[in-house]
Amino acid sequence: MFYREAGDFKTSYEADNQTFPIAFDRYRYWAVLAVAYLVIPFIINDYWASAIFVPFLIYAIAAIGLNILTGYCGQVSLGTGGFMAVGAYACYKLMTAFPDVSIVINVILAGGITAIVGAAFGLPSLRIKGFYLAVATLAAQFFLVWLFNKVEWFYNYSASGQINAPERTVFSIPVTGPNTEAWAQYLICLVFVTVSAIIARNLTRGTVGRKWMAIRDMDIAAEIIGVNPLRAKLSAFAISSFFIGISGALFFAVYLGAVEVGEAFGIQKSFLVLFMVIIGGLGSIFGAFAGAAFLVLLPVALKVVGVDLLGWPTDMVAHLQLVIVGALIMFFLIKEPHGLAQLWRVAKEKLRLWPFPY
Amino acid sequence: MMSADFLYGIEVVLNGLMAGVLYALVALGFVLIFKASGIFNYAQGVMALFAALTLVGIMEGQVPFAHMINAIFGTEVHHFGWHVPAFAAIIMTLGVMVLFAWAVQQFIFKHLVGQEPIILFMATIGLAYFLEGVGDLMWGSNIKTLDVGLPQGGSRWIEDMTASLGDDSFYGFFIDKLDMVATVVAAILVLSLIAFAQYSKQGRAMRAVADDHQAALSVGISLNFIWVLVWSLAGLVALVAGIMWGAKSGVQFSLSLIALKALPVLMLGGFTSIPGAIVGGLIIGVGEKLFEYTIGGMMGGATENWFAYVLALIFLVFRPQGLFGEKIIERV
Repeated sequence: MFYREAGDFKTSYEADNQTFPIAFDRYRYWAVLAVAYLVIPFIINDYWASAIFVPFLIYAIAAIGLNILTGYCGQVSLGTGGFMAVGAYACYKLMTAFPDVSIVINVILAGGITAIVGAAFGLPSLRIKGFYLAVATLAAQFFLVWLFNKVEWFYNYSASGQINAPERTVFSIPVTGPNTEAWAQYLICLVFVTVSAIIARNLTRGTVGRKWMAIRDMDIAAEIIGVNPLRAKLSAFAISSFFIGISGALFFAVYLGAVEVGEAFGIQKSFLVLFMVIIGGLGSIFGAFAGAAFLVLLPVALKVVGVDLLGWPTDMVAHLQLVIVGALIMFFLIKEPHGLAQLWRVAKEKLRLWPFPY
Repeated sequence: MMSADFLYGIEVVLNGLMAGVLYALVALGFVLIFKASGIFNYAQGVMALFAALTLVGIMEGQVPFAHMINAIFGTEVHHFGWHVPAFAAIIMTLGVMVLFAWAVQQFIFKHLVGQEPIILFMATIGLAYFLEGVGDLMWGSNIKTLDVGLPQGGSRWIEDMTASLGDDSFYGFFIDKLDMVATVVAAILVLSLIAFAQYSKQGRAMRAVADDHQAALSVGISLNFIWVLVWSLAGLVALVAGIMWGAKSGVQFSLSLIALKALPVLMLGGFTSIPGAIVGGLIIGVGEKLFEYTIGGMMGGATENWFAYVLALIFLVFRPQGLFGEKIIERV
């Protein structure tokens, strides 16, 4: 009915290759952006920001990052938590060392530092493949967490071993520290998410992205047709870590405000982001958002239903949550190994023919 | 007379060997499943936890899902009020693990045949979460002590025997009796597994499946049966590992984390080699204890958290298939 290409003529290559070739998709995209930027900031309150929107946006950035590495370049990484920690601690060191520099620049620089660390840990990927690499990235996870725990310089010799985000402002509105309003928290994350998604989308459909996908599909064949595996793999590690570093920096500075590395960036975080990518769909930017939304909403929904509605004890609901997350992951892998993004694609294909399928 | 420092070094090595045996036990479960079905079973550690939880639960006569039943129906049930002797409880737990193996095959991996290895790996991570949640719901998440009558504490005999090696400041090697039992049990387990794989009909079928699924299928071997068999064997190994670790440091969530420790062991030894798992376990066990003893102190301690991974990482750069793994041959 309303979702079709008929009459939507493309007169240039640019128009033909755009991200949303169907007019309805484009309108929907702008509508989502409009709601996200113009409606939600005015109605958001502390609970919605801290329970749903801010973690969703931050995890979406991390999931985009991991999706570039795992979904597009085929290198499984279990070091996401460690790289997020690098972003967080880099951001903290920059914030305290250069108090006058804008927080936005600090967050981006933190991403850059994480990119360098990520590329360094990506070096073995040239020799090690598949599961071996996945386990090798655990080295990054455990080593980095240990490093931030043991070397006092990273947390400025504070007695608690925690790092605390000092107050920083954007356009003289505080975005970090205890005086941050919910909408400011939300908006700064939203800006980062939007820019990250646009960059990632355009990277993955350009030359770099095609090289990554060639490496993913078969690295020897890719090498033979002229893709340099060193550059392709390291760039995937670097760019993926860049996004993960940004999300780690935001997670620390904007969302939590105070971080203890083992708690916030442990191995569980690595798995959480990996699940987001799998459930959302490997090799899809939309999938990163879908997976992040799903795994952020699920615990909240379970808590509302289990604890508030049915009055079950909290620890039982927490265990039930493990069961449900585990079961859902297996269910998705059996029914739809390509995740929510694939469901969405199938739904769109159906919509194009609706209501008169052949 | 040898210097005390040197003797302490030897003691560290000995303790590392003992810890390595336990790592190897978990790694063994991984290798069994990986060889036969190509599934990299992340849930192995949680299986050990679940087996230990079930064993404690059965021995103490806990009511399964008591917490959940009480919360939903407002009842107050906790225990049946009986105690099951350790031996019977172990047999029953083994039954539970076989049932679990069957369920895993029937409801999950039967539907995933032919998927990419990475998808199978993810499915086992899901399985790990599921099983952990079920274990907690079934038996409660509090720390439990597991007592199946294994000896505890350091061995006085060895201490007295070796005290004369050093000068007066040296009191002899401190070696946990439990670790020694674990070593013996692990050795028996490995030998019987190898004997089973080499000489029994099912063992031969298992090796055939490991070699080539389709060829095995074409000579009339039931893949389904073999997979249930290897998952059951992995369950047995998990139970043994769970008993050893549970008796050592209590049955609690951290037990499932030994799976993470077993991963570098696997990488060192190669994913497809049973001797590799043993040797890898010993190398990692000794390596991390020695590193902590010699250099770790200077670096702020707790290097055991990452040493195994970094060692495996560096090692793999030079030998990507591990010590005993089959050579990785890639074709376009």
